Amino acid sequence: MSVEIRSLDPRVNRLGLHIHEPGAADTLPPHDHWGTYQVFHQKKRGDRHGAVGIVHAPSPELAMVYAKEQFGRRGETANLWVVDTRHVLALDYGDQDMFATTPEKSYRDPGGYKVNDKIDEYREKMSHELTP
Amino acid sequence: MNLPLNSVPIEETHLEPLRHLLTALADDHLILGHRHSEWTGLGPILEEDIAFSSIAQDQMGHALGFYTLLHEYFGTPDPDIHAFTRNEAAFSCCQLVEWPIGEYDFSLVRHLFFDLAAGLRMETLSHSSFKPLAQLATKIRGEVKYHMFHAKTMVGQLGNSSETVRSRLQTTINRQFGLALGMFESRPDEQILDDANIAPIEAKWRERWLEALHTILESAGLHLPDPDRTEPVYGGRKGYHTEFLQPLLTEMTEVFRLDPQAEW
Repeated sequence: MSVEIRSLDPRVNRLGLHIHEPGAADTLPPHDHWGTYQVFHQKKRGDRHGAVGIVHAPSPELAMVYAKEQFGRRGETANLWVVDTRHVLALDYGDQDMFATTPEKSYRDPGGYKVNDKIDEYREKMSHELTP
Repeated sequence: MNLPLNSVPIEETHLEPLRHLLTALADDHLILGHRHSEWTGLGPILEEDIAFSSIAQDQMGHALGFYTLLHEYFGTPDPDIHAFTRNEAAFSCCQLVEWPIGEYDFSLVRHLFFDLAAGLRMETLSHSSFKPLAQLATKIRGEVKYHMFHAKTMVGQLGNSSETVRSRLQTTINRQFGLALGMFESRPDEQILDDANIAPIEAKWRERWLEALHTILESAGLHLPDPDRTEPVYGGRKGYHTEFLQPLLTEMTEVFRLDPQAEW
């Protein structure tokens, strides 16, 4: 019943490398099997960066060039991140059941407490006090 | 560009020199934009294909900006008419931009040579005393900054990869260098613009280009050919072109000529 963590790097999976071996994908010949980089796009300064896709590139610098082109070409862009896919670890979808919240656990959600009426009443009161 | 028509008065003596400069810039960007677009669908990898095609579109946009200025201030015809109806001899692009795309190394080196020059030109022109040109150059400058990011990164990547690749790139640089120097062919009336702080003479741009190129090539493990021992390929600015320009124009205007009055 162990939870499996996999690399998002397609090469690691394609070649059956083990992510636990340090630098597993580093043993590949240079310029063979170009790596991928995950691209994170930020629309406005201060916004979060959101994952938008992947580029193939032989270096982080070129990954940034391609990220700009594939994901910063249309619409507004304040900044981009590129992250070597080898450094992104993910769960296996087989373990998705860890997130299944059963209905009887609703007491864990804030909505389950019987204080909502009191909270609403307090908010109502505050908003009146704050309004000149 | 939504510039108010003739909002800036131009001194009579500056008209012709400015028209010559703008036509050279516009024609360079139009022809190289068309050449770059020939890589669409053929790029070495998908990402690079898209990048190169996007740069080609930018170049077309820059050409449109210059043709629009010419139209609004210098009485040349509407940009489409001006770009698509002139014959070869009326073009003042340098010969570097006319050459067929060749193999990828040829196009990449040309992209580096050209956009480095374009970046320096836009940088100085953004301070031009002819305000409409300064505004346009400021707008173009950001796009050319990205073009240079692309060119420098790609050349650096290849130059520092293997000896086979590096020496092939160096050979291409050496062979293309005379054509590249042709970008800086002087115009007979250029000193007038320099005196009026509108645009520097070509020799000044050439000097800065050589300096910047030297740094870029060194960091990529490549070297700058000796400009004093290279014959620049001039003639383009005066309407003397290679055998490659007319076929390009014929192809580029093929659809336009079907119905020159069509609304697009």
